[in-house]
Amino acid sequence: MWNSLKTMWIVFLHMFHRRATIQYPDEKPNIPPRWRGRIILSRDPDGEERCVACYLCAAACPVDCIALQATEDEHERRYPEFFRINFSRCIFCGYCEEACPTDAIQLTPDFEMGEYNRKNLVYEKEDLLIDGPGKYPGYNFYRVAGITIGGKNKGEAENEAPPVDPHSLLP
Amino acid sequence: MNEWAAIWVNLILILAVLFAFSAMLSWIERRLLGLWQDRYGPNRVGPFGVLQIVADSIKLLTKEDWIPPFADRAVFVLAPAIVAVTTLLAFAVVPIAPGIGVVDLNIGLLFFLAMSSLGVYSIVLGGWASNNKYSLLGGFRAAAQMLSYEVFMGLALMGVVMLAGSFNLRDIVAAQENLWFCIPQILGLATFAVAGIAEARRLPFDLPESENELVAGFHTEYSSMKFGMFFIGEYVGITLISAMIVTLFFGGWLGPLLPPLVWFLLKTFIVIVCFILLRAALPRPRYDQLMTYGWKVMLPVTLVNLLITGAVVLSAA
Amino acid sequence: MTTIHIDNRPYPAKDGENLLQECLSLGFNLPYFCWHPALGSVGACRQCAIKQFKNEEDKHGKIVMACMTAAKDGIRISIDDPEAQDFRASVAEWLMVNHPHDCPVCDEGGECHLQDMTVMNGHVYRRYHGRKRTFHNQDLGPLVNHEMNRCIQCYRCTRFYREYAGGRDLDALVLRNQVYFGRHQDGVLENEFSGNLVEVCPTGVFTDKTLKRHYTRKWDLQTAPSVCVHCGLGCNTIPGERYGTLRRIRNRFNGAVNGYFLCDRGRYGYEFVNSGRRVRQPLLRKNRTQLLQPVSKRAALQHLGELLSGGARVIGIGSPRASIEANFALRTLVGRDQFYLGISERDLRLLASILDILRKGPARTPSLHEVELADAVLVLGEDVANTAPRLGLALRQSVRRQPEKIAKKMGIPLWNDHAVREAMQEEHGPLFIATLANTRIDDIATRTFRGPPAELARLGLAIAHALDPIAPQVPGLSDTAQALAGAIAEKLKAAERPLVISGIGCGDKAVVEAAANVTWALCNMGRPAEFCYVVPECNSLGAMMLGGGSLETALEAMNDAAADILVILENDLYRRADAALVDRLLAAARHIVMIDHIEHTTSAKADMVLPAAAFAEADGTLVNNEGRAQRFFQVFVPRGEIEGDIRGDTPGDIQESWRWMRDIMVVGRGDEGQWSSLDDVTAACAAVIPSLEPILRAAPSAAFRMDGQKIPRESHRYSGRTVMHANVSIHEPEQPQDPDTALAFSMEGYSGHPPPSLIPRFWAPGWNSIQALNKFQDEVGGPLSGGDPGERLIEPTPGKKAAYFENIPAGFEPRVGEWLLLPLHHIFGSEELSILAPGVAELSVQPYLALNPEDASNLGLTDGDEVQLRLRAQADAQVDVKADDSANTTATTAEVFRLPLRFKPELLHGTAGLPAGLTGMGNLAGVALPAWGELKKV
Repeated sequence: MWNSLKTMWIVFLHMFHRRATIQYPDEKPNIPPRWRGRIILSRDPDGEERCVACYLCAAACPVDCIALQATEDEHERRYPEFFRINFSRCIFCGYCEEACPTDAIQLTPDFEMGEYNRKNLVYEKEDLLIDGPGKYPGYNFYRVAGITIGGKNKGEAENEAPPVDPHSLLP
Repeated sequence: MNEWAAIWVNLILILAVLFAFSAMLSWIERRLLGLWQDRYGPNRVGPFGVLQIVADSIKLLTKEDWIPPFADRAVFVLAPAIVAVTTLLAFAVVPIAPGIGVVDLNIGLLFFLAMSSLGVYSIVLGGWASNNKYSLLGGFRAAAQMLSYEVFMGLALMGVVMLAGSFNLRDIVAAQENLWFCIPQILGLATFAVAGIAEARRLPFDLPESENELVAGFHTEYSSMKFGMFFIGEYVGITLISAMIVTLFFGGWLGPLLPPLVWFLLKTFIVIVCFILLRAALPRPRYDQLMTYGWKVMLPVTLVNLLITGAVVLSAA
Repeated sequence: MTTIHIDNRPYPAKDGENLLQECLSLGFNLPYFCWHPALGSVGACRQCAIKQFKNEEDKHGKIVMACMTAAKDGIRISIDDPEAQDFRASVAEWLMVNHPHDCPVCDEGGECHLQDMTVMNGHVYRRYHGRKRTFHNQDLGPLVNHEMNRCIQCYRCTRFYREYAGGRDLDALVLRNQVYFGRHQDGVLENEFSGNLVEVCPTGVFTDKTLKRHYTRKWDLQTAPSVCVHCGLGCNTIPGERYGTLRRIRNRFNGAVNGYFLCDRGRYGYEFVNSGRRVRQPLLRKNRTQLLQPVSKRAALQHLGELLSGGARVIGIGSPRASIEANFALRTLVGRDQFYLGISERDLRLLASILDILRKGPARTPSLHEVELADAVLVLGEDVANTAPRLGLALRQSVRRQPEKIAKKMGIPLWNDHAVREAMQEEHGPLFIATLANTRIDDIATRTFRGPPAELARLGLAIAHALDPIAPQVPGLSDTAQALAGAIAEKLKAAERPLVISGIGCGDKAVVEAAANVTWALCNMGRPAEFCYVVPECNSLGAMMLGGGSLETALEAMNDAAADILVILENDLYRRADAALVDRLLAAARHIVMIDHIEHTTSAKADMVLPAAAFAEADGTLVNNEGRAQRFFQVFVPRGEIEGDIRGDTPGDIQESWRWMRDIMVVGRGDEGQWSSLDDVTAACAAVIPSLEPILRAAPSAAFRMDGQKIPRESHRYSGRTVMHANVSIHEPEQPQDPDTALAFSMEGYSGHPPPSLIPRFWAPGWNSIQALNKFQDEVGGPLSGGDPGERLIEPTPGKKAAYFENIPAGFEPRVGEWLLLPLHHIFGSEELSILAPGVAELSVQPYLALNPEDASNLGLTDGDEVQLRLRAQADAQVDVKADDSANTTATTAEVFRLPLRFKPELLHGTAGLPAGLTGMGNLAGVALPAWGELKKV
């Protein structure tokens, strides 16, 4: 009984404490960079699309709101032909970012995405693609992958030996 | 003729004020909870957010009024009306101030107890008619809880009746001219307050609803204005219990300097705030704890109170 | 059966079988790379290491390779032994040392055996940070992609390609840790089973190049069990769809039919479904001077209803490439007497005689698996490598049956692949190939024989006579042929399971009958002989069992009384018969209604074209050359023509042929609600035609449920459901309903193993690659749990004696100035549908005319010159005219064709070769070969 009354008194005293609420939107909150907000597609340090259309984000997505189609340029560099996110379904769980093997898909601190028309929440690749590397500067998947793309032949990636010559008999 | 007019004016004014107050109460409660939790609470609609309730009612009224196909239709519709009607009827006997009040029954207290007992049907029927296991569990709990707590609710008031020597609420107020009954009937006050909270299904005694176990308890299936009726019913219920506590233990409209109406409203408001504070501070007990508390603590305390009061009254006589 | 002890628990096992297979059969997850149920063990990858103990007291044990150790009674092994686990994990780590960081862009990702095994071994962290070995890739043609960096040197590719499929242009090059699997230089892989490398390779070295162009991960494909439609063998397939287009075909194991492998035509021909030549909405013209215009489905049906009102005479022409249900629906629409099969009189007679032979004799027709078990084979007149490629692969296994005895004698278990091959050396069992021209399986043949159909038939009849003197004697046979016949008869007689293969590929009934004579002669001697007839199309036998006349009889019927409406089902008649005949047939009908999925010459002449569903968009039953009825299931709901049309919202106009027939019956006759689902049609068919009754059991009906649920066509990881149509409409479409089958167009449903005929994909927890198949078999490598799918329709009557065919064709006599044109079949090009797939089209032969160099030089021609061909009247060309006096007597157009010349030294003097069924040869595609023609230098 006494305990309950004491609790009530303590709670009552909170009336005179400072408010913890930030008065959004009059007052803009300070959002950390790892906030899980609007999803973007980043570019590698060479300015090319980072996304290699591996479909892992789509597979990881618990609400199935990512769809894409892989295609290749003339040098067999793979990229998404289209990349679509339905933000009216997205729950901003960040699984897509965790699944992404190339740091292409990233969640950003922007969360102000309200729309009156749900259709406007369907983002295509043009809407998602940004110009920079986002949170992860420096990483370029194709520099460490074994496949050949325009401007990078076999043996030219990081930590690769020159290609074996199958016609040579030298040990 | 004049008498009738006075009654009607009384009636309409009281109803209007009551509804307005109950509605405001939901805003007040949320603001207060906010304050006690270091937040602001609703502060966007109108000055200080007072129009929040307008926004909420518009929302409630425009929501789909859905009756589940598996529900017992007639009872499902009837249930929320019962709670609203019984609590409002009980209010008829509350003596707000001299000359203000709907009726002046000489068994006013008994009428109040009768009405609050009827209120439980609303919950039980609503829970049963929903044909949903969560609702049904909510209904069960309500029935058991009301039954247990009503026993000592009535008994707790017997001390007051003994002291005042009347069931008429105006007489009881008048009897407190010298000393508010909260002093001699401190035990009665404590037990009645607890029983009252339980009757109004307010936290910490909201087991019929208990969101984290039963979804929304007895009103899981209710939407739109039917849900709104339960909602209003609850706030009118709090107001009623607070008004009764003030009437029975804190001298009703009695008080120096200020007009009687103001005293009454002020006291009632303070009691309501205490109820809200209770909600902010205390956790919900387990169901078995609730039962144990009712039967093994509150009932004996009430009986002891009755015994002592009886002895004192006898010896004084 | 014997008992083995795995981790101190007894389990039953097959005595002498290798432990890896036994462990997998018992359900243990034991990793492996180089072992394959069809290829056997070589112990190359060291991945299936287990501990073997001497006895119960032995706590030390030794590490052995499970795939190289035989299961013996009481053997004690441990899979979970920490040392064995460490061993396996370090093998995986070592294999991963040079494996590139490619998974995101690798087509194998998500169904990679290497990924599965690495996870199974618990190798999760890379310790090696040194330089990785790299290789250049090779361009292996339009079907298979090469990415050599990913190789883990398991040797499965060359073992399959060289040893199993008989290819010669893929091999292991270089040495040490630089071993390279490729060709000596860039170029198309020659072997027609190269597509299987995609499934055989445990990682992404060989991947599907057609899939790469519209890449989709395995988990995103909507799949259903299907049956290949590109030849008469009925291999089981799993087509996969995404965003409304077909993306790839994977092998669907059927122990009795295709086993683990498909041919490249079957694997890569699927792209015709996405072809630009698809009919996607009804086309109509009200008079023949106009062009066909798209109309709505309702308008088309309304127009048909008007035509049908007032007792119009309707003639129906079915198709051997349409399902039984579609053909039966047409037959029901037009009535039995107005239903024709849509093949020429000659083909009809050939197929009828095959059906007759299968039904009346004591010999049985084997499944492909049983072909592999045959130990002496005679191929008479059929170029199986081109007309039924998977049968050729089966024959490559059958020649191992006799040499295997050498290994058995030496005590080598047959799963010990390398040792068995060492013991066998170059020994091949008896395989005799008598064909029109050289075939690609000649390399394993004991003896070959080349000649025109009449000579092949005479050889066959001579063999029959050599086996059984009661069989008719062939007069005037050359000594060499006589000797060959004797030798073949000797080998067939000595065999335990002799097999005769023939077919209608060389267009001669005498050949078909000769093959029957040989088989029956063997049966009469008490040998368990079998015969296998190759039929040209996926439902040739099924259509024959429905019954109906040929195109020629259809024309006769229409000459007697003109038809108001001619309904043609999934058939390009210009490929079936001579152009002049088809022209007259089409001219005799007032209205031509074509129901097909692709546009072709016949559909261009129709007055109305209704879009039919291709095999991946429909359900139905097909009967293969074995007489096995197999159900294929709809993979996806086809898109409409309308831009932005999405599945479910506004379904396109494409629908199954039988549904068109039903709709026509409804508008024409008002028999409402006759059929509402495929089961109704199948049941009606089985009721009307008793010999087709078993098709009811080919697969469970639409009412079938597992735990009250349907079987989902989409994997549980299927992605993009809430967004793939969001660009069109933000409101997600409802899942399409499937009233026809027990499968659902959904991710939701029964998640366990469905019955074998309903398996939409092979997947098991931890087994994402096609190797998950192990979990669907009771015994790894054996039939699917619950039995291999399909119902045999034709069973022989044992002990029954069949009378020999007595027709003996005269020997071939060359003519002056005329050549007998022989049909030469091509795996890529001779088939109508697969040629619409870009990959197959790229490999297709170009039109040519083949002559032996001597004949060519007599004409003054050399290789590559243009030659002019004029066909003789077809009545003369009918080689079997004596046998069938009523053969058609229509003359061909005296059209002149110009074709480049190609040398084929094996062709006899007086004969020439023409590629069969090739598009781009104009009206030649419909000419029944063999036929006589005049050749001239241009």
